[in-house]
Amino acid sequence: MADEKKEPPKAAEGVGGGSLAKPDAGAPSKSPAPAGAGSGVPAAPAKPPAAAPPKPAAAVPPKPAAPKAPVKPDPWSSPLLDELQKRFPGAISEAVIFRNMPSLNVAKEHLVAICQFLKGPDGGAYTLLTDETAADYPKRERRFDVVYHLYTFEGNTRLRLRVQLGAEEKVASVTSIWPTANWLEREIYDMFGVVFEGHPDLKRILLPDEWVGHPLRKDYDILKQDEAWVKANLGIKSGQ
Amino acid sequence: MAESAFKFVTATPLLLALIKILIVFAVVSGIVAYLVYMERKVLAFMQARLGPMRVGPWGLLQPVADGLKLLLKEDIIPAGADEWLFLLAPAISIFAAFTVFAAIPFAGNFFVTDINIGLLFILGVSSLGIYGIILGGWSSNSHYPLLGALRSAAQLVSYEVAAGMALVGVLLISNSLSMVDIVNRQFGMGVWNVFLQPLAFIIYLIAAVAETNRNPFDLPEAESELTAGFHTEYSGFRFALYFMAEYTNMVVVSCIAVTLFLGGWLRPFANFAALDFLKFTPIVAFLGAAVFVLWLGLKSSIALDRYFFMVLAAGCVVLAILVAYPPVLSAIQGIFWFGAKVLAFLYAFIWYRATFPRYRYDQLMDVGCRWMIPLALANLIVTAVGRYFWLSHHVATTVTWLGR
Amino acid sequence: MPEATFLDANELVINMGPQHPATHGVLRVKLRLDGERVLGTECIIGYLHRGVEKIAENRTYAQFTPYVDRMDYCAAVTNGMGYVEAVEKLLGVEIPPRAQYTRMILAELQRIASHLIWLGTHALDIGAMTPVFYTFREREEVLKIFEEYCGARLTTHAFRIGGLQYDLYDGFERNVVKFCDYFLPKIDEYEQLLTKNRIWIRRTRNIGILSAEDAIALGVTGPVLRGSGVKWDIRKAQPYEAYDKVEFDVPVGEHGDTYDRYLVRMAEMRQSVRIIRQCVERLGPGPIFGKVGKVIKPPAGEVYHSIEAPKGELGYYVVSDGTVNPYRVRVRPPSLLNLQALDKMARGHLIADVVAIIGTIDIVLGEVDR
Repeated sequence: MADEKKEPPKAAEGVGGGSLAKPDAGAPSKSPAPAGAGSGVPAAPAKPPAAAPPKPAAAVPPKPAAPKAPVKPDPWSSPLLDELQKRFPGAISEAVIFRNMPSLNVAKEHLVAICQFLKGPDGGAYTLLTDETAADYPKRERRFDVVYHLYTFEGNTRLRLRVQLGAEEKVASVTSIWPTANWLEREIYDMFGVVFEGHPDLKRILLPDEWVGHPLRKDYDILKQDEAWVKANLGIKSGQ
Repeated sequence: MAESAFKFVTATPLLLALIKILIVFAVVSGIVAYLVYMERKVLAFMQARLGPMRVGPWGLLQPVADGLKLLLKEDIIPAGADEWLFLLAPAISIFAAFTVFAAIPFAGNFFVTDINIGLLFILGVSSLGIYGIILGGWSSNSHYPLLGALRSAAQLVSYEVAAGMALVGVLLISNSLSMVDIVNRQFGMGVWNVFLQPLAFIIYLIAAVAETNRNPFDLPEAESELTAGFHTEYSGFRFALYFMAEYTNMVVVSCIAVTLFLGGWLRPFANFAALDFLKFTPIVAFLGAAVFVLWLGLKSSIALDRYFFMVLAAGCVVLAILVAYPPVLSAIQGIFWFGAKVLAFLYAFIWYRATFPRYRYDQLMDVGCRWMIPLALANLIVTAVGRYFWLSHHVATTVTWLGR
Repeated sequence: MPEATFLDANELVINMGPQHPATHGVLRVKLRLDGERVLGTECIIGYLHRGVEKIAENRTYAQFTPYVDRMDYCAAVTNGMGYVEAVEKLLGVEIPPRAQYTRMILAELQRIASHLIWLGTHALDIGAMTPVFYTFREREEVLKIFEEYCGARLTTHAFRIGGLQYDLYDGFERNVVKFCDYFLPKIDEYEQLLTKNRIWIRRTRNIGILSAEDAIALGVTGPVLRGSGVKWDIRKAQPYEAYDKVEFDVPVGEHGDTYDRYLVRMAEMRQSVRIIRQCVERLGPGPIFGKVGKVIKPPAGEVYHSIEAPKGELGYYVVSDGTVNPYRVRVRPPSLLNLQALDKMARGHLIADVVAIIGTIDIVLGEVDR
């Protein structure tokens, strides 16, 4: 990933026609990657070259990014949320909406009950679990996010649920509510090592059964692999 | 010298038979090889592509290349296979397929032998071919071949019944089991059996496709389901034997259909003196072939191909001239018409393959048992009754009168 | 002969794949059979796993764009479209109409191409040999348009985050309209071969029935869901690009069987032609790139964006931490979730139907395994 390091000079370009308040340069202070530093140069509030939309940066060399207010998710309010708060007090720790997609942080103890409720007619009939996945934030106290994307045909809206888990924590499976979750949870188990309780057949799905390690964890380097498995099964020293 | 040799041969039936067998074997093998080529070409043209073009002009040497390739490939016997049966099975298939030709009259004056139970012999021997398939599938000791073999067994047994009963209708009309007699009878009646037994003909047509494991009944080797069916584990020349057996069987069932239903070697309207000019068709056919080949050659951009096709066209013209010589013309009549009809049948086989999806196993049995067998049975009864009261006497006289 | 063979067992377990002519790649289906009747199936996938999601975390947003083409390699354009739109959504960028309509034209052409591959291989699986050659002939015309537009035929990398890399070449509209005129009669040709064919009907009617409830419960999307009678198309329900500005119908089936799914896809190809024609009419001059910088650095946040890919709902869940690399990219592949319905659909049928059902689900293993 050497290329990013070469980028910064250009990175300063100031994202596109900056007429909108939205885009660009998420909170400079937070950005850990070296490239992010490029935007940190807090120069003149840079009127971006709105006249030349297609190639803004190339013409005007070092146009530093405007130090706009970072785009933040807005708090979400809806009857559904109120209903949820009422029924499951304390279960929802955060409710925001970002880019038209409401997102709820759900306590893992209440997950199944909330899912059950959401699937029912009172809860908005979220009958379709479009996706279930996870993300790994090793620096956080509870490192895993298990993310559910729900869809309701009646309301034609989507909803995101998120459960935060510590490294060794388990979460209840939602396969009993949405059978779709079967393979999706297997994949999460495979890639992140998150264990789902009550899953009918929790085993690896994409990687070989004997594989050691969970590749989508952030501490699993992209060049890393299960050397022993590769040697035993492929008869080569390394797959790289 | 030549004359005495000819006398010796004709006076020694065994030698004569051997020579005939050799001729038939060689010709049929060649036909089978080029049948594969024809299938590939015809399918290709139906499917907006060219087919084999690389080996020789227009891919004409493709069968040779295929044969060589298969000969040189390793002959694999899977671990756990029943070795003896595994080796024997393809031989059974090909043996059964070729033996049938002994009883098929290619022309009124050319057949290996005319046995008085010719049809029974043919049915009996060709049914043996199924042993090759079942044993091959079973002895491979593998899942897909076994399933293929089982399918094949069920399919052949049920369709053999329908086909056999359809043929009995013809027998009732012909009064004979000898293939030569059956054709002669059609000549005598002045009408092909297909017009007297249309239902039997259709039933036989369908059953024949099923018996040869061809699309839409190619379940024993359904590629998309069973990889290659009963011959999944075969390689090299043993695979080639199965392959040849399948195509030989196509020729066999076509020959049977032509002989029994389409007047064998008789030209159309053989009894009508007014249509005698049809006997010049071979000359026209060869000339037409010459023109076609010449056209191909002129179209080709490869110099070698052009010369080749010109030579081929010249050859066709020479043949046409040769055929125009009256004794040759009359000698070749039978074989020409027989060949033309068989070719039409084979073309139909290929045509089906390009057109139809594949039946499912249970649907195939359904069609066979619920439709074909009852229909064949009904046909048989109607024919028997009809023949007893009316057909044998009446039609025969009318037709003889027509043919006068 | 070995002592014990499978012949002794009452249940026959057979492995269909990973090398099998009808599993569309390296799918392995473990079938439990009683004779030829299927008692149960188990899909074993992952033979084509390339760790695309891991790769994403180690690339910049723009660098990852070509990788998504390699997932569903039969529909690279729509795959790319889903990804760039997801990132655009994250950035909060609008793209100009000319770029939108261009994307729609290419995406619908890709839908046609993808459905053509499906039709050809599906028919081939059921034993009809000829359609595959016809469909590839027509697909070739689509690929020619792609090639002239962006230089690639299969993994096109046609779109960029924020718009298009290239403006349309001269004569693009003409070529596209010419293709539409050429293609419509060809659909009739396929239908002549199959739609009323008795064998085809017997092989597909009442095979692999999936009720609407089951389909939704199993997360099935796309033509498979519509074949079950659920009128849901993301292009209509939650329009992206300019799909809300064009007219088209969403074909649905009634019985949820293989034949209905066949009809739905055939009708979808006609609708795609309709969409393409409208897009070409509206394709005015104008810029082709939205207001996006050279370096794409979305604000911290996460989006889920999904489009109606030829095979179903293709979703991208992109998490940004405010750097140039995505923190997490999750691909929600339609094939994977549709494939999960195989067991439900195949139980009680025969082996031959399993092949038909795999065909009707229309999977691409590159996408299932990622």
